[in-house]
Amino acid sequence: MAFSRQRFRALIRKEFIQLLRDWRTLLSILLIPIVEMFLLAYAVNLTIDHIPMVVADLSQDDQSRALIHALVISGYFDVLQYVNSETEVIHAIDQGQARAGLVIPPGFATGVARGDAQALMMLDGSDSFTLQSGYGAALAIAQARSTELAMEKVSRSGITALGELPIFTSLRILYNPNMDGMVFMVPATAAMLLQVMTMGMTAMSVVREQEMGTLEQLLVTPARPMELILGKLVPNILVAAVDMVMVVLFGVYWFGVPFQGNPWLLGILSLLFIISGLGQGLLASSIAHTQREAGQMIAVLMMLANLLTGFIYPRTAAPLWVQLIGDLIPLTYFLRIIRGIFTKGIGVYFIWQDIAVLLLYSVVVMVLAAKSFKTRLD
Amino acid sequence: MNEIAIRTRDLVKIFKTRRGAINAVNGVTLQVQRGQTYGLIGPDGAGKTTTTRVILGLLRRTGGESSVLGYDSMKDTYAIRERVGYIAQQFALPGDLTVMENMRFFADIHQVDEETQRHRIPELLEFAGLSRFTKRLAGKLSGGMKKKLALACSLIHGPDVVMLDEPTLGVDPVSRREFWDLLGELRTEKGLTIFVCTPYMDEAERCNLIGLMYEGQLVAHDSPEKIKRLVPGQLLEFTPSHFAPAKERLAELEGVLEIQTYGRMIHVFVDHAARRQAEIIRALGDQGITCEGMREIEPRMEEAFISLIRKQQERARAASETAAARSPS
Repeated sequence: MAFSRQRFRALIRKEFIQLLRDWRTLLSILLIPIVEMFLLAYAVNLTIDHIPMVVADLSQDDQSRALIHALVISGYFDVLQYVNSETEVIHAIDQGQARAGLVIPPGFATGVARGDAQALMMLDGSDSFTLQSGYGAALAIAQARSTELAMEKVSRSGITALGELPIFTSLRILYNPNMDGMVFMVPATAAMLLQVMTMGMTAMSVVREQEMGTLEQLLVTPARPMELILGKLVPNILVAAVDMVMVVLFGVYWFGVPFQGNPWLLGILSLLFIISGLGQGLLASSIAHTQREAGQMIAVLMMLANLLTGFIYPRTAAPLWVQLIGDLIPLTYFLRIIRGIFTKGIGVYFIWQDIAVLLLYSVVVMVLAAKSFKTRLD
Repeated sequence: MNEIAIRTRDLVKIFKTRRGAINAVNGVTLQVQRGQTYGLIGPDGAGKTTTTRVILGLLRRTGGESSVLGYDSMKDTYAIRERVGYIAQQFALPGDLTVMENMRFFADIHQVDEETQRHRIPELLEFAGLSRFTKRLAGKLSGGMKKKLALACSLIHGPDVVMLDEPTLGVDPVSRREFWDLLGELRTEKGLTIFVCTPYMDEAERCNLIGLMYEGQLVAHDSPEKIKRLVPGQLLEFTPSHFAPAKERLAELEGVLEIQTYGRMIHVFVDHAARRQAEIIRALGDQGITCEGMREIEPRMEEAFISLIRKQQERARAASETAAARSPS
């Protein structure tokens, strides 16, 4: 293939002039990642606490007050209001004032003494995150309280041998001891942005040229397809890399997310990921005819990426066929890579499979894109 | 040296769409000599753009042959692209580059060396009258200036042939004239071969050779003079006092070959102008219709064009009727 450096230089220069001249687009390319990261960081909190709760304490004794106290002191529940019946509790949840309700029937303390006390905990099932957090918390708190009571009873009855529980579980959370959501979200956000930006930028800029007719004028010049493709990709690679660095720096210095691994390794692998995203963009541009179609394709990919790649929802919980769809999106692999390097500080040894898949993916998608790149108008 | 600049034989282009195949170009055979100005004229949708694009290798050819300067449109695409300048129908230069940046870009993409660029770019800008606007964004130029910039860019690599697809579409009459004066200069001074698609008949008259295209076929392929002579009879022009009845009555008269309307005017082809003129005035006068400004005029491209297309339509209708009559239904 007759590759000409003069032509290639001209194409790159043209892309850069256009990019720098269109300051609105440039600004949005540079600012959107940061804005999005702030939104994700502050607005999207996956552990829900301080769930507003309405309580109907029909017992009003030491034991019932102790249970309520245990729920509140855990930080997961806040007592919004005390009411007098189960109906009123349900009504408050119906109205959306409260997301949880507690009904303690009369004679709770007597029940505790007898060993068959009951309390009814209600959770708003229409909000899955509240449900999960609330369910786990309520269960754990009730259990802890039961154990405490049982232990008291046992020690009162004079059996000292059972002064300790037979199993003591100690928990250590690796990589993220404070269970900080940001540690989970920052690397993922960087990866997600990279996926959307790279694919979006490329698809849009090629389709725009198609729509404006400038592609026709380019195709009729002696510029070879490879020059046209690289001319589009190289500037986009640079922009995506700038975005990536910005997001990582913000994550580390603003949000204080520790970067454990080797930044150069992450850099190189990001480049690989960027290339796979650009290839997807090129492929999309050969299918889409208008910028709107391209936009819709990007939106669909973004939705799939959000749901299926492990960006927020763990993949292991999904059925196999859903996981297989996720396997088709390179973000799935890169998420493991970036979380591995960023948060766990691991090296190539632990993620080589993901790297291999990503490499294969980049090569295949680029070959496909180059093949489907139209050198004619039909 | 190949003396034929552009050649097609039985060129066919079929677009496959969801609603079936569209025969956009249906057996076009044409030839343009070096140094000629060829006008491919025809109404919108006749297949002019498609023909041009296939010749340039921008669209895949379905059948037949096509070549530029002896290079096959499909096989030697890059050889053609190095020697041909092209202006697409819509303004297709990057609008967010300045005039100068566009010139530099197209020069580089055609691998014109620095030395040549240094004198050729100012020359072409001067030629196109754009020297004062080098820093203006191409998208901010007026319609006429955009076309001139496109022409300048298409000439940057010193092509032997330029192919222009409706280059004066949406351009005001003064700029249109200026544009054609530029093309005239190119032809006389540089001996450039010019291939131009246009729906404007007055532009067609500026060409050496014309291809009349209609529904994917060349209805006529000759010099403007000869094409005008293809229409039989002489042409009378007048403004009747009552338009519709005058047209009706005319059709019944002897010696009337064809009637065309121009606003409130009627153009009528007759076998003998001097004799029929009196007859028409008398026949219409009997019905109380006066004929204002009746005179004989030279048929222009426009009349010839309409007449030839009508005949083509009649021929097609007759052909389909005989076909229908032959097949028992």
